[in-house]
Amino acid sequence: MAAKNPIWKFFVSIRLTVVLLLSLAATSIIGTLVPQNASPEAYFHEYGAFLYRLFDILHIFDMYHSWWFQLLLLLLTVNIITCSIDRLIRTWELIFPKETSFKLSAFQNLKQKESFTDPRLPKELENEFTAIVTKAFGPPRVEKTDQGFSLFAEKWRWTRLGVYIVHSSILFLIAGAMIGSMFGFEGYVNIPEGERIDHVQLRNSDRVQHLGFDIQCNDFNLTTYKNGAPKEYRSSLTILENEKTILTKDIIVNDPLRYKGISIFQSSYGEIPAEQAETPSFSADDIQLAFFVNASGMVYKQKAEVGKPLEIPEGMGKFVVMEVKESASFMGQNIGEALIGILTPVAGEPVEVILPIHFHNFDKMRRGKVVISVVHQNEKQSLEKKPGKKRYYTGLQVVKDPGVWVVYTGFIVMIVGIIITFFMSHQRLCVDVSRKGSKSRIMVAGTANKNKLGMGIRAEKIARRLGKPKN
Amino acid sequence: MNSSELLSVVTFGYGIAATLYLVSWIFQKPFSSQLAKWASILTVIGNLAGFFMRWAESYDLGIGHAPLSNMYESLVFFALTIGVIYLFVEYRYRNPMIGTFSAPIAFLAMAYASMSPNISDRIQPLVPALKSNWLIAHVFTCFLGYAAFAIAFGISIMYLLKQREHPGGEGLLAYLPELNVLDDLTHRMVLFGFLFLSVGIITGAVWANSAWGSYWSWDPKETWSLITWFIYATLLHARLIRGWYGKKIAYLSVIGFVATLFTYFGVNYLPGLHSYGSF
Repeated sequence: MAAKNPIWKFFVSIRLTVVLLLSLAATSIIGTLVPQNASPEAYFHEYGAFLYRLFDILHIFDMYHSWWFQLLLLLLTVNIITCSIDRLIRTWELIFPKETSFKLSAFQNLKQKESFTDPRLPKELENEFTAIVTKAFGPPRVEKTDQGFSLFAEKWRWTRLGVYIVHSSILFLIAGAMIGSMFGFEGYVNIPEGERIDHVQLRNSDRVQHLGFDIQCNDFNLTTYKNGAPKEYRSSLTILENEKTILTKDIIVNDPLRYKGISIFQSSYGEIPAEQAETPSFSADDIQLAFFVNASGMVYKQKAEVGKPLEIPEGMGKFVVMEVKESASFMGQNIGEALIGILTPVAGEPVEVILPIHFHNFDKMRRGKVVISVVHQNEKQSLEKKPGKKRYYTGLQVVKDPGVWVVYTGFIVMIVGIIITFFMSHQRLCVDVSRKGSKSRIMVAGTANKNKLGMGIRAEKIARRLGKPKN
Repeated sequence: MNSSELLSVVTFGYGIAATLYLVSWIFQKPFSSQLAKWASILTVIGNLAGFFMRWAESYDLGIGHAPLSNMYESLVFFALTIGVIYLFVEYRYRNPMIGTFSAPIAFLAMAYASMSPNISDRIQPLVPALKSNWLIAHVFTCFLGYAAFAIAFGISIMYLLKQREHPGGEGLLAYLPELNVLDDLTHRMVLFGFLFLSVGIITGAVWANSAWGSYWSWDPKETWSLITWFIYATLLHARLIRGWYGKKIAYLSVIGFVATLFTYFGVNYLPGLHSYGSF
């Protein structure tokens, strides 16, 4: 029935698997060449009108979440499921027959086998040999033959199912990812020291997410090494519910706070400007720049003045704003108000950097180790002045992903499955003892569905224990 | 002698080993291949010693961490894993040709680490994102995988050379191992590499989830490791189900290693979060 269904036939082909795997590999490259999820303006200026339209239609700017990429993943999943079911049905009775049988002739026909003689008669050897095989390999089945007896033993028959274990792990991964995207969220929030929030901004979305509790930032601390590189970012956070303190914990990168299935990660930080910056439009006297350092994933915000060089943290060099242009152009396109600056790395040539005020991700296009952007006036936190002490805000990544444990289960299942599939095999051993005059002739042979050579060596070792003389 | 000086000697050692292997192949002097083997063993011991010395030196500087945190350190470890694996395979198969096509890769890795002006051998403190117990597990497994793929690549190159040999031919190609041995070895190396690449990607995902709150974010390095995984998965399926072997498998293994190299080096030229391995 299934064999006649054309849809089934389409999906049950390994050729489809190869085509899908290679298509996924090839298309995935695109998203590593075109930065993902940057602003439309930045793309427009990088690629020009025509390519921008084309890429936009093809969802290249967020390709891993595009319908066609997800479709490829879906096709691969269906392909894996149908292939596995098909093969499992066809081989189940071969793998697990109602009665396992051994054919002596099959072992006698093996190329690699050991033969030797023993001065005793077969019946004198039976108990001793059975005990040795049990110890060295596993309990054998004893079958009487005309001239003596045969011992058959096997183990790890179930490892023939290893490949299905690996395939099932992929289903766990997909199920976990779907649970995460349906019931989870990914957001971020900046909290000034001493303040608290009850909602976060969702990533790649205009919406906010209410948490059902408050997060308060008690304190933020930055420590650095002697050379100025960051050593630790530490935020002291308190969780409050209905004005009651639930718990207080310090978080650092790699050690988040988890509460009610929501995880709170240290992601960035910044300094709160000393004066209140409420001017609606951009002014050259009040420039704040954000330096995103690729290597550490951290964002540093610094005040800048025209002509005054700034030291970029983590030893990334110097940056100086040269001028503020009311109307700048880039590759023939007008990009409006922009800062023109010079970036001087520690090693290498200085480069001119254009920072349009209204296009936040513009500098990503330069593909430098530091991405510089102008902080929008309305993003700055308006807070009362606290002269004397620097005030910071902590930048938190706030995530809920109930699917993560399903994904982790998939990870473990995959590793175990790969080890079984690659490195374990269904091994079978045969010891045949037949009378030859007043002596016994002994044949030892082993076979396996994988690594036959290894099983041959094992059979040889067992033959030695049974009394095979050294060559 | 500090670790950097020792590792410069190690670079030299891999160069000598590679040359001796080449000499023994071209002139068929068993003595030379014995020398090459011992040069390799000494070099690998020196490489291992350099690795641990660097680890100890970082503690002396008060910023102790496993030397797996930047491009220089990863290249040193890459050369070490290649050296250990090829010596093991050479021992198991008793064939010095394995070293002939692997020692040069270890030499190039070390030479690049020692001589490139972009790569600093200074011991630097860990940035906050790298301070995690997952660092060792992640880098260790990834590089075991990379090294296995590097050796599979060397063997595949041998296969592609060998299959051009005329039947009954003499000359250099006649000294390469038989085609079926090379084919089997490529397959075994890919199995080993695939397991460790998978574990490497998985430990990376778990780490990313504990540092950034997301186990997969399609950053270029993640994506390229997945591309590499897809290519080797294709190789394994084509072989096990469709019975591909020989030339086709050798070509896939070469393509897979190119993707591995891009995952390792090329990604540094792309925008993304994962630039710890950068210069």
